[in-house]
Amino acid sequence: MNPVSFLTQMIRIAVPYLFAASGGVIAERSGIISLSLEGYMLTGAFSATLGAHYSGSPWIGVLAGMFGGLVFGLLHAVASIRYRADQVVTGIAINLLAIGVTRFFLKLAFASSSNSPRIEGFGGNNALHGFDNPLLWLGLLTPPALAFILYRTPFGLRVRAVGEHPAAAESLGIKASAIQYIAVAVSGILAALGGVFLALDQHQFTDQMTAGRGFIAVAAVIFGRWDPIRAALACLLFAAAETLQIQLQGNQLIPSQFIEMIPYLLTIIALAGVVGRAVPPAALGKKAE
Amino acid sequence: MSSRFRENLEEALFPPIVALLVALICGDLLIMSYGQAPGTVYRLLLEGTWGNAYGFGQVLYKATTLTFTGLAVSIGIRAGLFNVGAESQLAAGGFLAGLLGLTLSPHIPGIMAIVLCIIAAMAGGAIVGAIPGWLKVKYGAHEVIVTIMLNFIVLALLNYIVAARLHVPETLHTPEISNGAIPRLESFIPAFHGSAANLTIIVALIAAALTWVYLFKSKRGFEIRAVGLQPDAAEYGGVSVGGAWMRAMVISGAVAGLGGINYVLGYKHYYEEGFAGGSGFLGIAVALVGRNHPLGVVLAALFFATLSQGGLAIHAFVPKQMVEVLQGVVILAVAMSVPEVRAALRRARKPAAA
Repeated sequence: MNPVSFLTQMIRIAVPYLFAASGGVIAERSGIISLSLEGYMLTGAFSATLGAHYSGSPWIGVLAGMFGGLVFGLLHAVASIRYRADQVVTGIAINLLAIGVTRFFLKLAFASSSNSPRIEGFGGNNALHGFDNPLLWLGLLTPPALAFILYRTPFGLRVRAVGEHPAAAESLGIKASAIQYIAVAVSGILAALGGVFLALDQHQFTDQMTAGRGFIAVAAVIFGRWDPIRAALACLLFAAAETLQIQLQGNQLIPSQFIEMIPYLLTIIALAGVVGRAVPPAALGKKAE
Repeated sequence: MSSRFRENLEEALFPPIVALLVALICGDLLIMSYGQAPGTVYRLLLEGTWGNAYGFGQVLYKATTLTFTGLAVSIGIRAGLFNVGAESQLAAGGFLAGLLGLTLSPHIPGIMAIVLCIIAAMAGGAIVGAIPGWLKVKYGAHEVIVTIMLNFIVLALLNYIVAARLHVPETLHTPEISNGAIPRLESFIPAFHGSAANLTIIVALIAAALTWVYLFKSKRGFEIRAVGLQPDAAEYGGVSVGGAWMRAMVISGAVAGLGGINYVLGYKHYYEEGFAGGSGFLGIAVALVGRNHPLGVVLAALFFATLSQGGLAIHAFVPKQMVEVLQGVVILAVAMSVPEVRAALRRARKPAAA
């Protein structure tokens, strides 16, 4: 196995996870359960495809994808914050809605039930292994940037305060719901960028192309104990397992299904507290009175 | 008592009605975005589902699976647990039922084989349901995340077993079962010809009735509901919260697993990778719209089955994916209107009470 090709492939696989897990971290640190990362990613991928297809520019695709994620993020925010809906149900509904909406409009826009036409992406210099893609760098920079925002800025302090103890935060004059709206909107945009990366990297949208990546990101958030850097490391770990699986293909040493299980098994082990307990933000999922 | 009943009924009925109206409006917009007339499309949807025997049979078939997963989710919610794992419990149940059906000798009487396969299906679901229950009681691991993660693990494991050991070459399914097949409705009522509806529907109705008896008429069921409403108070009242959670998850899993027989014993007569495809997640919608009451679950299962079959009926005019959008809209609208309706009804009642 060539270590350079292993590392570059691992990073390309990790980038969508890094975006989505960062989105999950910020939403959950503000106290809103975020099972809808999969839906944001899918919407992001589809909106980016629409944007890039009709404009011919991948940058417009990026903006369109972010907008798609923002809309679905706000939907989750309005349902969970304004209407105090059950956040688990809302998250699952958003995932179903994203599948339906992308399929319906795929049919409407491109008269296909499987994929879009080819769209323009970034880079393309094979010698650089995808590292001439600005989105890849953005993905790598997002977790440290989020860590800085969460731990070093007044806004981050507010997000964490609202997620741990909204009533105490309110008593200090912080508007908890406003912070949560922003956090969930940002999570929609970030996770959508994961989907945008996928669509532009593969130069098209295909039906359900996110294929459970949003749930791997959820696993990374929990395995990383709701911390941006540790969640990012979890993403890299999961991506490494996947890369191993791809590069070992043909080698029947470990069946691929068992490698697929790794992120989920590790997450359950982390939740059960076998190696250090994963403790969520105190007010996660609690409804405001 | 009767005014209490009316209040409960209002609280239960308003959210689905609101959701239906919202979904109709969204449906109108989607249909018009495709340049079709909403009235025509809705009429086609009804004609293709409740308007002919084949369509109706398909609705019954789909509603059968959804009744099981809807009941499973609602049993969990009654105990205050969110079982997002109905998908893999359903698959595990179908898998074990199919596995047993493969090995049973054709000489055993059919009814006995069916009963054995039913037990296998319930065991399969119960095992998958017990894991999150145990992790919750023993380690406090949140059941939502554990069940989601377990969905992926169990499905990958089943896929591996089928791919490595059991599949018919070039397919994703096992060979046909040698015993335990459940007769289709068409063998009693010829009009159902071609539809997948089978006698599993009777099992589903029995399961709904038993769930009602268990939850609302038995001591154990009362304990489960008490724990769901207020775990600390139930504990103080002498109920073992952990025991109630464990029981609820095992039963919930068993009911979801039982749903696997609809496809495996009643329709295809083999286990196939991905047969559960979304029925577990739709079970959440069914439980939500059915307000976690067995009767509501049966009605909601019929509703969602109608939508999903209706999608096929309108496909020539509007992409069938429209109904997937509407399913999402209905879930969101119900989830959003439940707390809202509760608050509004409270406000409306207050002056009368004072």
